[in-house]
Amino acid sequence: MKLKPLKSVFRQRVFLALLFLIAGLVAVPTASAAQKQKNLILATTTSTQDTGLLDKLIPMFEKKTGYFVKTIAVGSGQAMAMGQKGEADVLLVHSPDAEKKFMEGQYGINRRLVMHNDFVIVGPPADPAGIKGSKTTPEAFKKIAGGFLFISRGDNSGTHAKEKAIWKAAGINPEGGKWYQQTGLGMGQTLNVAAEKKGYTLTDRGTWLSLQKNLGLPILMQGDPILLNIYHAIEVNHAKWPKVNAAGAKAFADFMVSAQTQKVIKTFGVDKYGSPLFFPDAGKRVEDLGK
Amino acid sequence: MELILQGFLKAIELLVSLDPEVLGITLLSLRVSGTATLISLFLGISTGTAVALTRFPGRKFVVSLINTGMGLPPVVVGLFVTIFLWRNGPFGFLEILYTPMAIILAQAVIATPIVTGITLAAMQNLPPNLRLQILALGATRMQMLWLLIREARLPLLAAVMAGFGGVISEVGASIMVGGNIKGYSRVLTTATVMETGRGNFDTAIALSIILLFLAYMINYLLTRIQQRERPR
Repeated sequence: MKLKPLKSVFRQRVFLALLFLIAGLVAVPTASAAQKQKNLILATTTSTQDTGLLDKLIPMFEKKTGYFVKTIAVGSGQAMAMGQKGEADVLLVHSPDAEKKFMEGQYGINRRLVMHNDFVIVGPPADPAGIKGSKTTPEAFKKIAGGFLFISRGDNSGTHAKEKAIWKAAGINPEGGKWYQQTGLGMGQTLNVAAEKKGYTLTDRGTWLSLQKNLGLPILMQGDPILLNIYHAIEVNHAKWPKVNAAGAKAFADFMVSAQTQKVIKTFGVDKYGSPLFFPDAGKRVEDLGK
Repeated sequence: MELILQGFLKAIELLVSLDPEVLGITLLSLRVSGTATLISLFLGISTGTAVALTRFPGRKFVVSLINTGMGLPPVVVGLFVTIFLWRNGPFGFLEILYTPMAIILAQAVIATPIVTGITLAAMQNLPPNLRLQILALGATRMQMLWLLIREARLPLLAAVMAGFGGVISEVGASIMVGGNIKGYSRVLTTATVMETGRGNFDTAIALSIILLFLAYMINYLLTRIQQRERPR
């Protein structure tokens, strides 16, 4: 009969331990109020996050300015939609035509060129559609159309916008074709899908470089001027949305085009991939890129 | 197979070396989902008990709503919580979108109907005369409620497990309302999605293994408590 109290003591201990565990978990503060004014929402594309560039730049910026950056990595389309609603402070996007519309609508101010890299077409090593050696990108797309699997982002991202522009130049409407599949996912995941299904896809070079070791999808087409991938920083117009952190947005955009940051961008990825992922362009004109 | 092995080794490496980032992500997951579960227990057990013990017009409708809520899709919750918490939305003044607080809120919304539903079922399964007997012995209303909850504690522990399991494994709402911000609102599930997108499959597998291990540990503890005292 002596066993019983022992057992209940043990039970009590387990309960106590559990209680402490829960209390400890809850007690830790989740957000400090003092940070509020310093919060900055950066809406950007998946490529800047998936390549790891922002992991390098954001801590630099935070240290320098004391802002706390909330990076929301979505497609350029969604990033601009957030800006249009005043739900982001600053954008780093790569969808020039949509950006122009955004600026015309007075949703943004101070659109500044930050950097570029380029898009490439990747696909199965055997290149069943034979796009290698095509003269122009639309020509390559024409060869793929109809007979071979093409994996599209389908998410209104900058890459998707570029892809649609190329289809248009090729005079083809790919929507609804069985050979044309849309993932609705980020670039990294779309590349994985293309690798698994042995399809062709359009990707920015940066994301492809950072993933290529596992992919088995070589570059089959590159270098066409239409394939330029240009990133701009845009501050969301605080005249339209008073809650926007205008000072923070300006600080971030200034930081992105500053000499120090541009230098980091220039060498980012060289140690790991042997070539840079992005080319800094602050102060240049879009027309001069790629020359 | 090799990849899974690699991921497994990576998980051990990350755990043994106490990688600060992974540790932070793991603790945040526990904290967020633990708090959300606590909130849902408070709301769920009280609502579930109230609905189980009372009769009112439209009760069947309410019960069917609760049961539907048990399968509430996290992305739907995420979408609505996001819209409500937008700066320029109805609760924008709280300024909690893209914070751990927002994730707790969304997860509590997901877990509450689960806890409510299981509580409701557990309470209705108690012998119908038990209530009468307790009252006949001179218990006050509060004492009766407390005794009933005590009597249903084993299925209620199941509610805790189901609620916690539902939210710690959830990704759709967490990524939408939390934003997967590094060192701030990144939890195990959203980090797994991101590492998969980056092609770091070994890290992604490692994070999944940590998540599974965590879920197992918590449930093991709760199961021990639950099974300690079988109803006679």
